[in-house]
Amino acid sequence: MSGLLEVTGLRVRFRALGTVKALLRGVESPFVEAVAGVDLALAEGETLALVGESGSGKTTLARALIGLLPVEAGSVRFRSRELIGQSSSAWKAVRREMAMMFQDPVGSLSPRLTVRALVTEPYRIHGLRGRETERECARLLGLVGLPPDFGERYPHQLSGGQARRVGVARALALDPRLILADEPTAGLDVSVQGEILNLLARLQDQLGLSILIITHNLNVVRHVADRTAIMYLGRIVEQGETERVFAHPRHPYTEALLSANPQADPAARHRRIELKGEVPSLLRRPSGCEFHPRCPHARPLCATAAPAATTEGRGRFTCHFPLAGPSLPSGG
Amino acid sequence: MTAAPDLLSIRDLSLSFRTPRGRLQALRRVNLEVPRGRIVGVVGESGCGKSTLIASILRLLPPNAEVTGGAIRFEGRDLLELSPRAMRELRGRRIAMVFQDPMTALNPVLSIGRQMIDVQYREGRSRREKRERAVEMLARVGIPDPAQRLEAYPHQFSGGMRQRIAIAMALMMEPDLLIADEPTTALDATLEVQIIGLLQALQRDFGCSILFVTHHLGVVAELCEEVVVMYAGEVVERGPVEAVFRNPAHPYTARLLACDPGRIVERSRNLPTIPGEIPDLVSPPPGCVFRPRCPEAFARCELEAPAEHAVGSGQSARCHLAEGEGR
Repeated sequence: MSGLLEVTGLRVRFRALGTVKALLRGVESPFVEAVAGVDLALAEGETLALVGESGSGKTTLARALIGLLPVEAGSVRFRSRELIGQSSSAWKAVRREMAMMFQDPVGSLSPRLTVRALVTEPYRIHGLRGRETERECARLLGLVGLPPDFGERYPHQLSGGQARRVGVARALALDPRLILADEPTAGLDVSVQGEILNLLARLQDQLGLSILIITHNLNVVRHVADRTAIMYLGRIVEQGETERVFAHPRHPYTEALLSANPQADPAARHRRIELKGEVPSLLRRPSGCEFHPRCPHARPLCATAAPAATTEGRGRFTCHFPLAGPSLPSGG
Repeated sequence: MTAAPDLLSIRDLSLSFRTPRGRLQALRRVNLEVPRGRIVGVVGESGCGKSTLIASILRLLPPNAEVTGGAIRFEGRDLLELSPRAMRELRGRRIAMVFQDPMTALNPVLSIGRQMIDVQYREGRSRREKRERAVEMLARVGIPDPAQRLEAYPHQFSGGMRQRIAIAMALMMEPDLLIADEPTTALDATLEVQIIGLLQALQRDFGCSILFVTHHLGVVAELCEEVVVMYAGEVVERGPVEAVFRNPAHPYTARLLACDPGRIVERSRNLPTIPGEIPDLVSPPPGCVFRPRCPEAFARCELEAPAEHAVGSGQSARCHLAEGEGR
């Protein structure tokens, strides 16, 4: 597997306060760092899940990757080409190879366009006039398992799952290498959720796509992602192979998130790890390890010194006192 | 049958909406009981009639709705026959509600202190007593510095804190029945845990019954003692959570549980689904509503709508296959 996407030290910040207000309130910096130094890599044909709670910066990260938000620092290399700082015409070419599926399946489709116009819109935007609209529309709808006569429909005539499929068809129109799927199953019923995930898996096998799935739903991740990255306050606190992360979380936040995932099994009414408080404001990041005010295992060191990242196999985590890992094979 | 009567008992409730396309049969022959001091979960996917059910209990239905049969008994009185005035007396005081989105449930232009004092308008207390009661309730649901926070506005609280405030307001009058409509759906996983824990603790302290409506099977397993499964306007199965989740008697319940990715132990790239769609309730299919999607359907299912059959202690299912299983 060769690298498709490589992100290093990516930072995105937003101005939160005016200069005067910041001075009056005694806030050191009027900016919030929504993405605060993220390193990620995605190989060809691989699925990476980015998991975090609201405000952890997952969507901001995705939007920065596809050039919808200005980047403060860091590098994004896609197929060995640096994306940060390139011209907008160069971005246009990149967006043919990198497609985004936005949150909210119905809201991301224009209510005034038919499904046919929606799925072939990418051709118009990218000036691919030679394509035969009717045939292309039928091909794309076929790929996502919708009958060709759906081309006549308007978004309000679609169910949530069908609207999601149209979103996938749009993303596939330009034969991308990478799909950024922002909460692809949010708002869908469990019986439909599986359909969309199966569709993404099938398309991946068929077309060799790479997928970056952004979600807060850990149950979904377990089945579809090869690797999982957990975000907290704009940083990745742990990443690794999905099976390992689920079986042996090393970061206490990962462990708490996993335990917060209610199981539909009354026998498993479990020992939940209830985290204290809520995600802190990005304007006032805690000192030391940023998770320490909520961490059930925090010790004095955690409040003063920020932990460095520890690399372990293909995984990495940022914690002074990590939880027990898998027992290493002899010689490990 | 000497047990205390149920706090809420819904019998054969049918309700339809008049639409330009014809009558939409949103609820059909719904049976449901909420015993005193119990937490009952209502689960179902979108369009199954959960919200219509709540609206009919509170009698907050749109004008095109029409109850075509059945009764909703609260402490033995049929709510459908109460005068609007008597109904207003119950709402908020005896039956309270927590909504999905705490931002829209709270008034954005009034401080939360003002709103919490206002909801006590029927109490013969002084303003100071009402204020003290508000502080006490805020402290009870875990709002830090409640006395200082009374002056704050809803936007100054986080989503989790706003939901705590909404719960505090609902429980202020110590209602007998709390209806919670997807109260954790808009919250993150770690906050969902906190709110579920809070509801459990409050239910123990106040002794109220809770009717908890959700689409999340995991939350039901965690919080509820009894569960009611709805599909396309009907209660297809109900009973104790342990029994229903372990031995679902209705094929829909079984499929729904199978679809929950949290229950699938083996990692799979081919997740189970329920093929097909919810039927159009303007012209529901003849016989059983689930038949067009049911893998176990046979000839009788198309001819005859199944009755509710008991399948075990307290568990029952509307399915021909469950007939005779209780004996």
